This record gives sequence, structure tokens and C-alpha cells, in this order.
Amino acid sequence: MAENAKPVRGPGGPGGRGRGPAPKVKNPVPLFMRLMRYILKYYRVQMIVVVVAIVASVLCNVQGTMFIQSLIDDYITPLLLSDNPDFSGLAAAILRVAGFYALGVVGSFTYNRIMVYVSQGTLKHFRDDLFEHMEGLPLKYFDTHAHGNIMSIYTNDTDTLRQMVSQSIPQLLNSGLTIVTVVVCMIYLSIPLTLLTLAMVGIMLFSSGKLAGQSGRYFLRQQISLADVNGNIEEMMEGQKVVKVFCHEEESVRKFNELNDILYDSADRANTFANILGPVNSQLGNLSYVLCAIVGGALALNGFGGFTLGSLASFLSFNKSFSQPINQISTQMNSIVMALAGAERIFGLLDEEPEVDDGCITLVNAETVDGELRETEKRTGRWAWRHPYPSRGTVEYIPMEGRVIFEHVNFGYDEKKRVLHDVSLYAEPGQKIAFVGSTGAGKTTITNLINRFYDIQEGTITYDGQDIKKIQKRDLRHSLGIVLQDTNLFTGTVRENIRYGRLDATDEEVIAAAKLANADGFIRRLPQGYDTVLTGNGANLSQGQRQLLAIARAAIADPPVLILDEATSSIDTRTEKIVQDGMDNLMRGRTTFVIAHRLSTVRNSDCIMVLELGRIIERGAHDQLIEQKGKYYQLYTGNFEETE
Amino acid sequence: MLKTLGAQVKEFKTPSLLTPLFMILEVIMEMVIPLLMASIIDDGVEKGDMNHIFTVGIFMVIAAAFGLLFGVLGGRFGAKASTGFARNLRKSMFENIQTFSFANIDKYSTAGLVTRLTTDVTNLQNAYQMILRMFVRAPISLIVAMCMSFYISPRLASIYLVAVLILGSLLALIMTRTTKYFQQVFRKYDDLNASVQENVSAVRVVKAYVREDFEREKFKKASENVYRMFVKAEKTLSLNAPIMMTTVYSCILLISWIGAKMIVSDSLTTGELMSLLTYCMNILMSLMMLSMVFVMITMSYASGQRVAEVLNEKSSLTNPENPDYEVPDGSIEFRNVNFSYHAGSEEYVLSDINLSIRSGETIGIIGGTGSSKSTLISLISRLYDVSEGAVLVGGKDVRTYDLETLRNQVAVVLQKNVLFSGTILENLRWGNKEATEEECIRACKLACADEFVRQFPDGYNTYIEQGGSNVSGGQKQRLCIARALLKNPKVLILDDSTSAVDTATDARIRHAFREEIPGTTKLIITQRISSVMDADRILVLDEGRINGFDTHEHLLGNNAIYREVYESQVGAGGDFDEGGDN
Repeated sequence: MAENAKPVRGPGGPGGRGRGPAPKVKNPVPLFMRLMRYILKYYRVQMIVVVVAIVASVLCNVQGTMFIQSLIDDYITPLLLSDNPDFSGLAAAILRVAGFYALGVVGSFTYNRIMVYVSQGTLKHFRDDLFEHMEGLPLKYFDTHAHGNIMSIYTNDTDTLRQMVSQSIPQLLNSGLTIVTVVVCMIYLSIPLTLLTLAMVGIMLFSSGKLAGQSGRYFLRQQISLADVNGNIEEMMEGQKVVKVFCHEEESVRKFNELNDILYDSADRANTFANILGPVNSQLGNLSYVLCAIVGGALALNGFGGFTLGSLASFLSFNKSFSQPINQISTQMNSIVMALAGAERIFGLLDEEPEVDDGCITLVNAETVDGELRETEKRTGRWAWRHPYPSRGTVEYIPMEGRVIFEHVNFGYDEKKRVLHDVSLYAEPGQKIAFVGSTGAGKTTITNLINRFYDIQEGTITYDGQDIKKIQKRDLRHSLGIVLQDTNLFTGTVRENIRYGRLDATDEEVIAAAKLANADGFIRRLPQGYDTVLTGNGANLSQGQRQLLAIARAAIADPPVLILDEATSSIDTRTEKIVQDGMDNLMRGRTTFVIAHRLSTVRNSDCIMVLELGRIIERGAHDQLIEQKGKYYQLYTGNFEETE
Repeated sequence: MLKTLGAQVKEFKTPSLLTPLFMILEVIMEMVIPLLMASIIDDGVEKGDMNHIFTVGIFMVIAAAFGLLFGVLGGRFGAKASTGFARNLRKSMFENIQTFSFANIDKYSTAGLVTRLTTDVTNLQNAYQMILRMFVRAPISLIVAMCMSFYISPRLASIYLVAVLILGSLLALIMTRTTKYFQQVFRKYDDLNASVQENVSAVRVVKAYVREDFEREKFKKASENVYRMFVKAEKTLSLNAPIMMTTVYSCILLISWIGAKMIVSDSLTTGELMSLLTYCMNILMSLMMLSMVFVMITMSYASGQRVAEVLNEKSSLTNPENPDYEVPDGSIEFRNVNFSYHAGSEEYVLSDINLSIRSGETIGIIGGTGSSKSTLISLISRLYDVSEGAVLVGGKDVRTYDLETLRNQVAVVLQKNVLFSGTILENLRWGNKEATEEECIRACKLACADEFVRQFPDGYNTYIEQGGSNVSGGQKQRLCIARALLKNPKVLILDDSTSAVDTATDARIRHAFREEIPGTTKLIITQRISSVMDADRILVLDEGRINGFDTHEHLLGNNAIYREVYESQVGAGGDFDEGGDN
């Protein structure tokens, strides 16, 4: 634990739409193709229309440029020479070009408009797919990925992708087409001059590549120092009160200034190189213009290969319109690489293996007709496991009672490190089983196995005689109520939060559950009672109130088996009593597994499991364990030795 | 706001002035170049004058060289000015936050301050660079190109004037509408992301209640909503390009038609016509650029306000003019103290507090949540100032002491405590910079931290991760206590500082205090009755008032609240603690 490793941190910080460190994508081409396939899956027709519209718009634009050339040669010069100028030819030409222009505008409007739907729609599909897929991922994924990093997939990565889809791709298409058509026109006018221009373009690309490389290096350095500064800021803001109490202001300012100066230095360099790119390219473009003018002039004056002064004017105009799309491409390539890095992470999440649910046993409402258990549509308050035997074509119904048995269970979160060793335990319907032991003894792990948050490696866990691996996960979890130590509430009203336990519960049932959990009293005192909106994980409630809501949520689900994780944090005695009573109400008549921190809970349990380092070292009722004078006795009496 | 932010430019005034200057020079070069181009065509190519092409070509190369020089310098200074500005903003904010009192800190959330120091500063840096480089450049480019056009032909240039007015007003209309839309959509977008965040952190609840499909439906609806709003906003924005094209094309056609006529009637040359067409692009592009700059500035306006707010925040606590640097002893006295977190509010969280504590006493403080225990002790080291009455330490009003002296003599271990990234020794030395390793070890022994620190492979040089994530809650608390002990304070206040420490160790810590630092006044806030039963006296607080202040035995006899707490804990409701937290 002494490694100086930096903690994992999501880039961008809270609400930040910042950029991650300079990206490195391994296989950009297949990734790009995959992204295009994804877009085409939903927007094939639209994309075809977009490409057609872009082509139309570019061609019309080139038509316009061509017209300007012919304006002088074909219209103005003849008009100048004629004594009786007739403008009707020019008027017709202008009208024709106006037609082209109008077509170009329509094309531009069309593709801009369609791209709005394509880019936003693609993002929506990505977001929906991401969420849809994420909800199905096993807990292991959430354990092994920092939440900040998962969040940044939804925020930073989709944002860069939006830029790419809505701007970079159309502009790249546009610029690429422009370049191609311009080059074709240039070749038509003069091959030597085209070669000259292309040579200059080569120099432009080379120099901008060099500059972009330099700038990229410094941007990477900037990102690293930015992460340092942001990390320091987060830490110091979090500990600001401690800084005050220890009068540590000067030191913290000194340290911050050091980091801040490093950031300034690298940011300054990175931005300088990025800023220089534009002027260098455009002046190289001007240089190219002059060279073409001189060479072209020489060619034209010598009448080389039928090259006229008029074509030189046209050529120069093409030369001028060449540097802008080149510039565009070099900036857009950058943002495409950036977006591909984001796309890689997005696809990474989408490629994660979802939780498999291959159980065949389901949970059904049951009633007894003629002494026989039958499946029914209506809610009877009684349940049965429906076990089909496809080979025989029969169905067996087993009454759900809540008998849970662990036999020789071994488990580790990863294959190498085992956390539970040979755990066996028997919980009869209605029994209360308490787990005690120090942090890391494996108490929470055991409860996580019952609802198959994780799958065991060896041994069996059975539920009413059925191996839990054969029960469909959703039904297994439906039959288990769970109240976690860290209460998580959702944005929404109090009523909605309680109803989370059972979506079709009536308002009366919500209130009844709240009453059972002892939560009704405080809820009624809230400004809007049951309709009070909770935000930020119930930030406007106290810890105790949040726990009461979690109990009510479990109560409304009315499950036969309960898993409770008692809170260790200190809430005041009176609230704690209310919470405790709520929990006691909930436990009545249900098989309960409780991770216990309180004496009363432990003492009232039917069986106490004392865990140490992943093994059950003692088990039995309170009095038995006290008599054994083992670890439990130590723990229990340790509580009262404060007077020494 | 602008004044506050502008003041932060400081040593970067020169680059801030040079950037627009060079940008203007670059623009002028850019404007000269089309003139030279026209001349190459008119007098060179048209007339077949190779010499002219050559001479003007050289001029153009020189102009391009200057353009490059100015452009590079503009870019260089622009980067320096904007990144320097950002550096100063961060520095000044951070320094000002360090002067904040607890009341100031309470006003802002941690996340809020972090956003201001990070995202908001980045926004402002970009906006500042935009202003320096584009905000000057675009209008100048527009004006120069306009002037050139008027110089060439006032008649044709007036077409541009009309076009600028039409395009300008259309762009303004689009931009104001989209800005409004985007503000709305980003709020919704943040909500959507908040709900993802919620799902990620509550994944166990979602899975336990098999609510994956429910959450998916909920998300789909919200995401559909965000999609619609984004489409609405971007649809308006997508009008930009076609409108721009229409204007440019109309100008080109009009100029061509009228220009052709003028050339024929000899009032214009072909080269001039070409230049005019070039300026057309310049003018309209500048306008487009200008509208983008405006959007950028409006978007960063909110950031600017948030940053300025922090910069202008004045600490609500100040050092007295002639402060006392000597705290005589650890006695504490509250005289008729009333306190409210909001100045001027009549709703006191502490009312009529009168109490007197002798130097060296051990005082337990007990009371329900919201009984203002933490508030009470924060008045002693002057983390907040009393609303009425006075708090005395060592017989003198706390407001007469030098703040640093007072806080070094009154050590508080806060309820919400943190360790910082760095070694354990570095963390401990927060209490006393000059502490030797022996002193640190002694403090750790007192706080029962030595025993587990020694078990770490690197002992006292163990690196603590940010937020102390690699030590357990109980270990963290003990290190925090040791850190406070290193101050050698006259008063030591523990605000629920052993809640995650098991009861046996808790008892050992208290025992060590009694034996090793008998002269220090000790105030212990706790929920655990066993932690205060052996204190000299126990203060029972209830809803901001003193309910009882006496020994354990007396309180058991005559204080209902105390008796209730005692019975609930020592009777059936006590903690069954995890003893293995060592």
C-alpha cells in the first residue's frame, strides 16, 4: 500500500467537458469502420442523401469558381472589345450560375439539416445502448472500474464523438471532394503548375505535421500537469477545513503554486504551437500563389503548351482555394483521432460480457386448490418455484419458504485470491442468522452470494432445496429483500422511492410500508409529504431518514428472505431506536441474514456466525457462544471493558 | 465582474496588448496580399509584363513573410497571455480560498469550488484567447476589407454593406436563439448524466430489486427528451451555413453583373473586380467569426461570474489589530453565548450557553444529531464568531488572539477529517513542521496508531493515497488524533473522532490522554456513552441548549436524556463492535 500510485480519476472533473490526455488508438482504421457501420445501421438512407448533397454542393461551388474565371475571359474581355456591348450573354450566364448556386445552397441546407438528426440520433443510440448494456453488466464490472471513468464515457467520450460525427466527417468529405475537383480542374489547366502546387502542399503537410507533433507532445504534457493540478485542487478543497484548523494555508498555497506554474509552462508551449499552425499554413499558401504566378507567367508569356494568361488567372484562383480545405483536413484529423479514442472506450463498454441468466426455475404466485399447489395470475401473498422439466414435459411447483443452505462454499472475487473458505450454514424459514466479525472477515461477501451478485467457485447454495444457479436471477432477487449499509436513493419523490421495491404497489400499500418501517412520521413532516422530491441521493434527508426509506422500500417488496446490513455510523440514539424498531418490524416472520453491529440484533438472533478471515470460526446462539468463551466472548465483553 | 477578472491579467499585460497588435498587423498583411494579387493579374499577367509579376511577386513574398512573422508572434503572445491569465486566476482563487473562514467555505460546496478552479478557468482561458486573437482581428479584418472595397469602388462596396447588415442580423437572431436552446439542453443533459451517475453508484440496489428494465425505460425517456432538445437547437444552428452561402453567392453574382458593366464602361479594372471578390469572402467570414466569438463569450460569461464571485469573497473572520500571541492556560468559558450560522438570523442554533471549564479537565459532550455539539466546539478555536456573548480561552476573549496562535493551542480533530496524499510522517507534521521522528512516534503511541503503522511494510514512510483511501476508517481517525497531538495544544477537542475505533482501543486512547497529557483540557464529543462515562464532567446538549453539565453519577440520577442514552446503550441497544480493526 506504500506505492506512490496515483488514484484513478475520471478526466474532466465534475461537469467537465474537458479532454482526456492525448489519445493513442491502436487500430484506428477498423475502429473507424466499426463506428461507420454503427452509424449506417440506423442512418443508411440519410447518409447516402448526405453524401449526394455534399457532392452536389461542392460541384456547384466549383462551378461558381469556374464561372469567375470565364467571367473575365469569355464575357468581360469580349465585351470590352466590342463597340456595342451586348450583356444578354452575361445575364444568361449569371442566371445559369445562380441556378447552380441555388442548388448548392439547397444541398448544403439538406446535408446540414440531415446531419443534425444523424449525429444527435447516433449519440442517442450510443447513450441508450451504453445504458442498456451497462444495466446488464455484472457487479464485477462496477467493482473493477472507477465510477469516474464510467461516467466519463457518457460525458467526455460521447461529446468528442458528437464533434466528430456532426462536424469532422462532413467537413472531411467536403474538403476531400473540393480538393479532388480542384486538382482535376488544375490538371486540366496546366500540369506543370499543378505539380508545383502539389509540391507546395507537400511542404505544407510536412510542416503542419511537424508542428502538430510538437504541439501534441506539449498537449500531452499539459494534460498530465492539468491532472496534477486538478487532483491537488480536489484534495485541498475537500480538506479545506483541516487546512484551516492546522493553519496550513501558506504551505498549501506554495505547493499549489508550484504545480500551477508547471501547468502554465506546458499549456503556454502547447498553445503556442497550436496557434502557429494557422499562419504557417496560410503564408505557405501565399508563397505557393506567388510561385505559380511567376512560373505560370513565364509559361504563358512563352506560349508554352497553349497556356494563356486567362488560364493563369483561373489557375491562381484555384491555387488560392486549395489551402483552406488542406487546413481543414489537418485540424479535423486531429479531432477525429481524439474522437476515436473516445469511441474505443465506448465500444469497450459495449463489448463487456453481460451478466448471464441461464436459470430455468421461476417464481410464480401460488394458491392451494384441493390440497395441491397451483400457479395463479393474482397476487395471493404466497409464492412457489416453478421448475419445468422439458425432457419429461412436466412442471413441478415447490412452495417458497425461505430455506437457505450453504454447503462447503469457497469463493474469491478473482480466481487467485480466495476470500471465503468452506462456508456451510443452514437457515430454516423464519430464522434470523447474524454475521459478526471484523472488517474484511467476509460478512458482506456471504450475503452477496445469496442473491448471486457473484457466483461461487466451489460448493453449493440451495434455496428451498433448489440450487440457486438453476433459479432465474431476476426471480431469485425478487424473492430477496436487501437493505444495504450505504443507502442509495433515487431522484424522484419519496413515494416513488418506496415504490421502487414493487412498482405496482398502491398508494395505500406505500403508506403501509412506510408505517411498518417507522418512516411515516417523518415523511408526513416533510414539506410535500410523500410527494417531496429527493435529489442527490436524498441529500435533504438525514442519514437515519434515508435508512428508514430503504427499509420501507424493502418492506413493500414483501420478500420472504431478507438481507440486512446494519449501519455502523453513529446516528443519535433516538433515531437509531426508530430505525431499529423499523428493522425489527421488517424481520418478523422472514428468514433474515443480518450483518450485525448492534448487541440487541445479535442477541435476538437464532444463530450467530462468527467470521474471521473468510471462515466461520464459531456458531451458535448467544448463550452457547458466551459459554464457549471464544472469539465471540471476547468481542462481546470487549464492549464493556472501558472502565478497566 | 470584468474589472475583477481584468485585474488578474497582471504581468501578462504586455502579451495581452501585443497579441491584438500583431493580429492587426497580420490582418493588414492579409489585406495587402489580395491587392498585390490583383496587381499581378492586372498589370502583370494581363499585360504580359514578366518583370512586373516578378517585382510584385517579391513584394508579396515579403508581405507573406511579415504576415507569417506577425501571425507567429500573435499566436505566441496569445498563448502566453491566455495561459498566464488562467494561471493567475487559479492562483488568486486558490490563495483567496485559503483565507476563507469556515462560514465562507460553507457557502460554497467542495464540488462547486473545484469546478470554479478547473472547468470555469479553462473556459475563461479559451474565451480570453479568443478575445485577444479573434475579437480584435475579425472586426479589423472586416473594416479593413470594407475600406479597401470602398477605396476600389464605393458603388460595389455598398452591396457588401447591405449584405453585412442582413447577414449580421440573421446571424444574431440565430445565435441568440441557439444560445438559449443550448443553455436549456445542457441543463437537461447534465440531469441525464446525473441519473447515469446515480445508477452507477446505486447498482447494487438496482440489481437487488431487479429494476434493470425499469431503469432502462426511465433512461430511454430522458435520453429521447435530450435528443429532441439537441435536435431543436442544432436545427437552428444548421441554418448558418446555407444562409452564409446564400449571402456570399448573391454578392458574387451581383458584383459580377454590376462589375462587368462597370468594366465595360471603364470605371473598373478586371484586377479590381478580382480583389473585390476576394474581399467579399474576407468580410463575410469575419462576420461569421465574430458571431462565433460572441457565442463563446456568452457561454463563458457564467464561468466568469462564478470565478469573480470567489475572487471577491472576503473572509468573514479577521485577525485583531494588536493580537495576543500567548494563550496562558487551557481554561474555557462561554458567557451568554448565542450563535447563528446566518448573520442577522434570530434562529439561534446555540442559545444561552454559559459554562466554565478548568484547565486540564476532561469534558464529555453528548446529545442527539442537531443538538449543535460540533457548533459549540467550533466556537472555541474561533472557526466561527459568536453572534452574541463571548467565548474565552485562558481567560481572554478568543477574538483578541492571533488566529494562528489560538488554533495551534486549541487543537480540533474534526468530525469530517481527512488525510492528505503524502507519507504518514508528512501528514503528522501538519501538526508541527519541526517535529522529529521521535515526537511523531510518541504522538502515534498516544493515539494508539503506532501499533498499526509499524505493521505497514514502509512504517512511517507509508504513502497515504488521496483521501486516505488505503487506510481503514479507524486507522485514519487515530492518525488524525496523532496529528492534532503534535501541536502540543493546551486544549484538545475530539469531535466524534473515535467512532470507527473499537471500544477497547478507544478506552486505551483515553487512558493514555489521562496519563500522558494531564495538563491539556480535553473535550470529547461522542455518541458512545462508554467514551464519556469516566470524564470529569459531561455536558448534555439538547437542541442548542445546555440540558445538563455534571458528573456521570449525578447525571444518571437527575438527567432524563442522559439516562435514556445510557440505558439504550449499556442495556440492550449497544454497539457490537468489530474488535479487529487494529
